[in-house]
Amino acid sequence: MAESQSPGAKPHPTPHPRPISPHLQVYKPQLTSFTSILHRLSGIVLSVGMLYLVCWLGAAARGADAFAALQDFNGSLIGRLLLLGWSLAFFYHLLNGIRHLAWDAGFGFELPNAYRSGYAVLAGTVILTLGAWIAAYYQMGAF
Amino acid sequence: MGETGKSLRSPKSLRSPLGRARGLGSAKEGVNHWWAQRMTALALIPLGLWLVASLVCLAGADYAAVTAWLAAPTSVGAISLTILAVVYHAILGMQVVIEDYIHTPATKLVLMVGLQLGGFAIATAAIVSLLVIAFAG
Repeated sequence: MAESQSPGAKPHPTPHPRPISPHLQVYKPQLTSFTSILHRLSGIVLSVGMLYLVCWLGAAARGADAFAALQDFNGSLIGRLLLLGWSLAFFYHLLNGIRHLAWDAGFGFELPNAYRSGYAVLAGTVILTLGAWIAAYYQMGAF
Repeated sequence: MGETGKSLRSPKSLRSPLGRARGLGSAKEGVNHWWAQRMTALALIPLGLWLVASLVCLAGADYAAVTAWLAAPTSVGAISLTILAVVYHAILGMQVVIEDYIHTPATKLVLMVGLQLGGFAIATAAIVSLLVIAFAG
């Protein structure tokens, strides 16, 4: 039994002896840990993307000039790379989020299934992102 | 059970073992955070797909076409709903990121306050923008 609060226990060296996140460097890289790290990373990326989306709405509210300036930036190389990153993060976080919701409901948590769904999420992310960009370029009359 | 087990039941203490244990865990808030994260996630499956599909359809559209779409009542409603769900979901997610990686109490507090107050400010900015486009456009 863990009795860290018992009177005989040694004082902890840090002021807040609470559990912290595991250290990544002691783990062998695996698909399951990779998809987990990517989920958190894509979530952070999407939080920034939300700020950009609200800026885009603000520019549209401000007027035609502000909106045109932002759309010009969106069309630039840096703008397109940012939008590509956000669309990749969106589709990844969406698909892996559905994977997490299935796990929460008790489905697919066996290791072979967790690996299968992990590969499906990665493949689906590439397919949906490519599909969205092909549709967007088609919309712009690129072909 | 060792000495602690005995002392918990000692007649000197009038507190029950449950009373002693309550509030000592790491998850004092219970399941609220976990549940809210899942509910916003569920809402964001259709809302997020709808928003991204709409933005793809607007690729290359000019100012008049974009604002006409943004001003439609369905757009105002669905975008507001999406932004609210995204902000709530992002606050919950970023909170865990801050809790996991920031161990300096002062920095953590500043980031938490910024995250939670900033989140509501961003949601408000988005909704005000939508209303300006809808009514002043």
